[in-house]
Amino acid sequence: MSSVNTTAHSVVEPTPTVKRIAGTIVILYALVTMIPLAWIFLTSIKSPPDSISYPPKVVFTPTLEGFCNLFTTRTRQTPDYIQSLPAPTSTCDEITRSRNMVIAGPSNYWPRFGNSLVIAFGSTFLAVSLGTFAAYGFSRFRVPLADDLLFFILSTRMMPPIAVAIPIYLMYRQFGLSDTALGMILLYTAVNVSLAVWLLKGFIDEIPREYEEAAMIDGYTRLQAFWKVVLPQATTGIAATAIFCLIFAWNEYAFAVLLTSGSAQTAPPFIPTIIGEGGQDWPAVAAGTTIFLVPILVFTIILRKQLLRGITFGAVRK
Amino acid sequence: MSEIKVVNLRKQFGDFVAVEDSSFTVQDGEFLALLGPSGCGKTTTLRMIAGLELPTSGKIYLDGEDVTFNRASARDIAFVFQLFALYPHMNVRRNIGFPLLSQGVPKAEIRARVEETAKLLRIDHILDRSVSGLAGGDRQRVALGRAIIRRPKCFLMDEPLGTLDAEFREVMVHELRELHNRIHATTVYVTHDQHEAMAMADKIAVMNHGVIEQFGTPQEIYNRPASMYVADFIGSPPMNFMRFHSGLKRGTRSIFLDGVEVAVPEVGEDVAPGEMALGVRPEHIRLSDRSPIRGAVYGSEYLGTNQVVAVETAAGIVKARVSADRSFRLGETVGLEFNATKLAVFDCASGRAIASSLYAEARHG
Repeated sequence: MSSVNTTAHSVVEPTPTVKRIAGTIVILYALVTMIPLAWIFLTSIKSPPDSISYPPKVVFTPTLEGFCNLFTTRTRQTPDYIQSLPAPTSTCDEITRSRNMVIAGPSNYWPRFGNSLVIAFGSTFLAVSLGTFAAYGFSRFRVPLADDLLFFILSTRMMPPIAVAIPIYLMYRQFGLSDTALGMILLYTAVNVSLAVWLLKGFIDEIPREYEEAAMIDGYTRLQAFWKVVLPQATTGIAATAIFCLIFAWNEYAFAVLLTSGSAQTAPPFIPTIIGEGGQDWPAVAAGTTIFLVPILVFTIILRKQLLRGITFGAVRK
Repeated sequence: MSEIKVVNLRKQFGDFVAVEDSSFTVQDGEFLALLGPSGCGKTTTLRMIAGLELPTSGKIYLDGEDVTFNRASARDIAFVFQLFALYPHMNVRRNIGFPLLSQGVPKAEIRARVEETAKLLRIDHILDRSVSGLAGGDRQRVALGRAIIRRPKCFLMDEPLGTLDAEFREVMVHELRELHNRIHATTVYVTHDQHEAMAMADKIAVMNHGVIEQFGTPQEIYNRPASMYVADFIGSPPMNFMRFHSGLKRGTRSIFLDGVEVAVPEVGEDVAPGEMALGVRPEHIRLSDRSPIRGAVYGSEYLGTNQVVAVETAAGIVKARVSADRSFRLGETVGLEFNATKLAVFDCASGRAIASSLYAEARHG
């Protein structure tokens, strides 16, 4: 645990030119990866005709029509009827009426988005909690057949999960788990827990046992030692694991389409069903996608330090 | 404070016996060093006393109470780890106060006791620092602080100076002994360094392959080693062994080394003929031209206050600690004379010391 920094002779401090080139490459790469995101955001504030014009418009008049269409359902009315209504009460009202329609009610977007939040965060919490306990057990106790069990846990990731879609579909129907948030949470937890166990075992292995032993001698039970000494030191690993699990559960599409259709439907299968007049309502779809990106973005930004340290774990820690 | 009593303690990991039937008692306020090479079972013994490892068989008593299967947290002991195990997510103050927190001591009292402990160890100026930036010695003191704050029944230390550099170790050896003199806590200290053990301990247990070879004061262990292993492990340079083949009779006062008669302390038992070794400490050898035991100077090591001369004799190389004044030529013939009252005789097959008047002294005090 000495704090002396030793540098091998072959490790050379990069020159300013090298740093500048590397910086340029990283920035270019970041810009390229951000183009689709920018495209989605711009589309969400275009009018329907602008969104499908060719060549794509870069300069246009922004409108909230996409967001209005995303959040509402509308019905077409005659101009006479619209004329007879009292003055519009909101921007969306006004935009809708200009298209000869009136707002009939809220859309299902927010309930679906809420389902996504509950299912993704719920399954992430479960997978990371179970993963932490399992990883701690594998790391600290002599578990019979530990290697075989770990391999078995990993093997659940070896086939694409969708390969078992039909058995799961039938099983869920039998148990009444179809189209329930609980069913989706269990499913995503099952998929993520193997990843969580393996990632977290690596992190917990790195935490010396002496810390817990010291705490146990200092008068704490093993559970208290785990809580007060191991967990605070595993936060990096837990944060990194949580982000990986959350991204999977948040973005998952195939099972969501198959197993949810009504009350438990998540946002990914809902967004493509937004149909406007005469085809796909692209600004509304783009608006739905833009909002859908926000939670992951926020979560990642909050945990970015832990995530970065987590990903480069072996490299920076002695 | 209390007495630690270990009875027939044994620990087996699979087929490997780490500790074999160990029994010893550490008196109240005594400082015991468990000394031996790595893998000799000294750390395992310590961990069993702490409750971090359960013995395969045997008993452990703290103050007369059987704690063999008690949880570590229920034993009221403190443990200083080799790598200190300071909690990296807490600062110095919280590290030292952590054991009190588990007992539900009020915040204000924890604060006061942390400060008192820090003063005792002269670390009160770094209380609010993070432990990760501390130098080795300060980490050591924080670890000690965490151990002593609770006023436990006893202290267990697992090579706490192992990671410090040589210069600093000496400082810490003095500090540890000084601390022990002040608080008189029963202490078991594991080390592979004989100098640490000799300098600090009231009693030393020399361990080898899971067996306690000898248990006694540093003086007993040095002057009256119970086995060739102990004689060889303690002392630098270690005891010289000069081999000879013979049987011994009770009451004999001399042995024959290559036909030369050497006076030894009165032998106290009959020994069947076999391979024997005469054990001589380097400082119990004088150079004398009249002595019939002769050899050629093989090399010398100047140590300032004295020097160690290696002499090649018919019975092997013998190292003698002699005055630094004299200089030697390589190959020069010298005579060796031994201090007859300090010699030990060992049975080579078992490594055991043969009973003699040298050892009888020990028994009588």
